[in-house]
Amino acid sequence: MRRERDPRKGLTEPAPVRWLLTVIALGFLFLFLALPLAAVFSEALRLGWSGYVAAIGEPEALAALRLTLLAAAIAVPANLVFGVAAAWAIGKFNFRGKQLLITLIDLPFAVSPVISGLVFVLLFGRQGYFGPWLMAHDIRIVFAIPGIVLATIFVSFPFVAREIIPVMEATGSQEEEAARVLGAGGFQMFFRVTLPNIKWGLLYGVILCNARAMGEFGAVSVVSGHIRGLTNTLPLHVEILYNEYQFQAAFAVASLLAFLALITLVLKTIVEHRTRHALEPLHEDVR
Amino acid sequence: MGIDIRNVRKRFGTFEALRGVSFEVRAGELVALLGPSGCGKTTLLRIIAGLESADEGHVLFDGEDAANRRVGERRVGFVFQHYALFRHMTVFENVAFGLRVRPKAHRPSKKEIADKVTDLLKLVQLDYLGDRHPSQLSGGQRQRVALARALAVEPKVLLLDEPFGALDAKVRQELRRWLRRLHEEIHLTSVFVTHDQEEALELADRIVIMNEGRVEQDASPVEVFEHPASAFVMNFLGNVNIFHGRVEEGRALLGPLAVDYPQHATPEPKAAAGYARPHELDVARTESGNGLWAILETANLAGAIVKLELVDDERRLLQVEVARDQYDALNPRIGERLYVRPRKLRVFVAS
Repeated sequence: MRRERDPRKGLTEPAPVRWLLTVIALGFLFLFLALPLAAVFSEALRLGWSGYVAAIGEPEALAALRLTLLAAAIAVPANLVFGVAAAWAIGKFNFRGKQLLITLIDLPFAVSPVISGLVFVLLFGRQGYFGPWLMAHDIRIVFAIPGIVLATIFVSFPFVAREIIPVMEATGSQEEEAARVLGAGGFQMFFRVTLPNIKWGLLYGVILCNARAMGEFGAVSVVSGHIRGLTNTLPLHVEILYNEYQFQAAFAVASLLAFLALITLVLKTIVEHRTRHALEPLHEDVR
Repeated sequence: MGIDIRNVRKRFGTFEALRGVSFEVRAGELVALLGPSGCGKTTLLRIIAGLESADEGHVLFDGEDAANRRVGERRVGFVFQHYALFRHMTVFENVAFGLRVRPKAHRPSKKEIADKVTDLLKLVQLDYLGDRHPSQLSGGQRQRVALARALAVEPKVLLLDEPFGALDAKVRQELRRWLRRLHEEIHLTSVFVTHDQEEALELADRIVIMNEGRVEQDASPVEVFEHPASAFVMNFLGNVNIFHGRVEEGRALLGPLAVDYPQHATPEPKAAAGYARPHELDVARTESGNGLWAILETANLAGAIVKLELVDDERRLLQVEVARDQYDALNPRIGERLYVRPRKLRVFVAS
């Protein structure tokens, strides 16, 4: 009889504790994630499908959507290049100030987004350091599209770098050295050896970077100036609608962002799975 | 292609990895760089390949300074310690890599590449594994893929960093023999780094023994084994029994032992030590010549030779190896007092 006992019994918690923990975790998820998400979609569809389409098809909503996509379309590639370059430098070389660079990459995580936005106002605003010069040359950055793009780049730049630094550190530089000895040039080495090794990590970073770029509120809010149809991104537009008591329209636009979040999550799960697979042979190599 | 290494120095921060290393590798030779970890052997190999640059000194390929050639232009094949196979490519693609990255003007056609890779995979006896990925191969197979990949670019020099370090004993033996045969077939100038003296003694035409960034000895395997140039080489190449003492007036006085040492004829004494390998000691029941009495503590009979451990009156441990039939003829008891006599004693004066 004794043999039939669960062999893990001594190593795990008693059943009631396990149940309690599971219920707490699931209840928490339901309360703070599932419920709000369901609320967003039900509110968005309160006036029916036609009301939903009308709210999204409204010119100001479309303009906000365009601006959000534009900001992401600039910020993501910029951070892709920066992230790969920074990760390359950190993962493959030893240099003075390496630790400082790693810390600086995390800066946007540490600083409140509102502060990030204010920094750009301080630099490029009318009373900012470069303000008079920009005014003299009739260049608008703050309260215009360039400011929104800059703020978006700033808040989303850690994502790509942070995802691929560990991958680059784990793979080391031996494969690159092998490629060089075999006669590969810098570009051949990067595209044929380095990139295939980091591609899943890179894609994962891009997905997260994109989600942040499209969803950013605080920093963008400070530099936007809320000019309807011109400098409003989707999250800002949601806030405006909400403040004007257009709840259904606010939720309809919000549902677009929620959709985006869901797609991101699905992609993230797929890519995460692939990343783990890509790294498996590596662990075997380390032995 | 011959390699001439002249007074190469390299420093990493405050650590002096190479302190003026010079030696020559003649065309077609298989040379071992042997030394303990941290002696600078891998750094030297990487400098030859062009993966590191020397702070001082020169590496000449057939008399031409290699510093003028970039790493990809040196025509060296490099086999990395952990193989560094491209993990996302198949075995075939790994071997083809060096041909595929050539500038268009020198790149062979697809068919030529395929033929060449197939030939190389046959040479390393892996032609049936071309479509596998490195993660699906055993250590020995990965090693051979790494070798085929290095040979694909028709190198003039083959450099191998601890080529058998990560393999188990049996596979290592096989690969060693196989590499020796391969070298006899293609006569490619080769340098391999190892910390395993057995590997160096068995495989190399010549051994360069390194310690703390310097060359201790550069000679044939027989020469380094029979006539080690320093106490370090003697110690590194296998087990030794050490008898500490001094030299004065042309004699070496080493505890219970005394031998002539004409190199130091002056009366002022200098610290010295005498070295004898376990197989250079005889054991007997009777006293004869220059030796010492010791008590037999253990006898390990598992193996082709019998390994004995004896302890003398000063608690000095003596390791002795005798042939099985000699042991049987003597048939000693554990705890028996035996007379140990070195047939050969090498004396090194402390520097």
